[in-house]
Amino acid sequence: MNGGQDLGGTHGHGPVKSEANEPVFHDEWEKRAFALTLAMGMPGGWNIDMLRYARENRPPGQYLSMSYYQIWFAALEVLLKERGLVADDELEAGHSLRAPKSVKRILSPGDVPQVLYRGGPTERQTSTAAAFKAGDKIRAKNINPPSHTRLPRYVRGHVGTVERVIGCHVFPDSNATAAGENPQWLYTVRFDGRELWGPDGDAAVKVSVDAWEPYLEPA
Amino acid sequence: MSGHDHDHHHDNDHSELSETQLRVRALETVLTEKGYVDPAALDLLIETYEKKVGPRNGARVVAKAWADPAYRARLFKDASPAIGELGYAGRQGEHIVALENTAKLHNMVVCTLCSCYPWPVLGLPPVWYKSAPYRSRAVADPRGVLSDFGVTLPKDAEIRVWDSTAEIRYLVVPMRPTGTEGWSEEKLAELVTRDSMIGTGLPKRPEDLK
Repeated sequence: MNGGQDLGGTHGHGPVKSEANEPVFHDEWEKRAFALTLAMGMPGGWNIDMLRYARENRPPGQYLSMSYYQIWFAALEVLLKERGLVADDELEAGHSLRAPKSVKRILSPGDVPQVLYRGGPTERQTSTAAAFKAGDKIRAKNINPPSHTRLPRYVRGHVGTVERVIGCHVFPDSNATAAGENPQWLYTVRFDGRELWGPDGDAAVKVSVDAWEPYLEPA
Repeated sequence: MSGHDHDHHHDNDHSELSETQLRVRALETVLTEKGYVDPAALDLLIETYEKKVGPRNGARVVAKAWADPAYRARLFKDASPAIGELGYAGRQGEHIVALENTAKLHNMVVCTLCSCYPWPVLGLPPVWYKSAPYRSRAVADPRGVLSDFGVTLPKDAEIRVWDSTAEIRYLVVPMRPTGTEGWSEEKLAELVTRDSMIGTGLPKRPEDLK
């Protein structure tokens, strides 16, 4: 989606301000929102692409005025409500008002180290051959899906070079929906700064994105 | 995306924050009462990322790459198993690629679409990494971003920006500072800053440790 999250090349946000000796979390609620998000992945049954879509799918003004953990928390509420795991009246009351739905599994303290260590690899086996190889000239397609995609606007329509064939990976545009993993070949694609930004770009800058095959066409 | 300090510019900030705090607490209570979460698991998740997983992990990887040529070769060939040798692996680091800085090439990592970051080696990202100023400008004006960090590169140095748009996570291996010949990995690791592994900073110099 062409939403508030797709920030590459937008203007007016001001300088980058780094905080000296920044703590991992700034408030107690950030810790809890973070941990709730991780812990609910298992009983909630959603995947990372559904989670990202729930975060970005809001008015751009709202997205840009929220802190990052506020966005995380808002997305968690959306996913829980969509699946009927909690309801607004329960959030208002601050207590469960009805029996829980049955869920596959919950995260126990004993699971935590192993679940984090295992992570969620996205590489998949495939019997299809990659359409592109390193060195190929490609063009990022001019696509504008209203749903989740990982092809940023600033590269769409531009010509780049395949730098590396990464492997076959879960395709976010499908995985964020009921269509499932639909694995596709993934490439690191490099663009010249001037190709992306014209004369305002820096000729000594190159930018790469990791792009799935359905995003690309021969140039 | 507002940065954290932005939150403190509003007069009504305090009540906004309290409202969020109450809402998060309410949700945790509901989820706990329903048996969907175990609060002890939440505590352990928080403790893991507050105390165990952080940029010191990445610093050990970089220091080893500086000191041990065979390790360096393994790291640039296939970073995830090489990083796994030191015990770091897992969530948001399933597919890591190590990027080599040289006198002619400076690498810098961003996620313009969200906040992708190599957790097992760097921990959770700082607020600036997730904020609009960095995500918008890193790909269009990386030299300007570097100057926000007080970093000036030689004019002929090429800047390569890596936008983490998939599940590949990038770790910058900065150049080893001069004057560190014969140093132990432990001592070298003290020179490796978080920002030098993102590409928005340079390692400390030996004189900075004094």
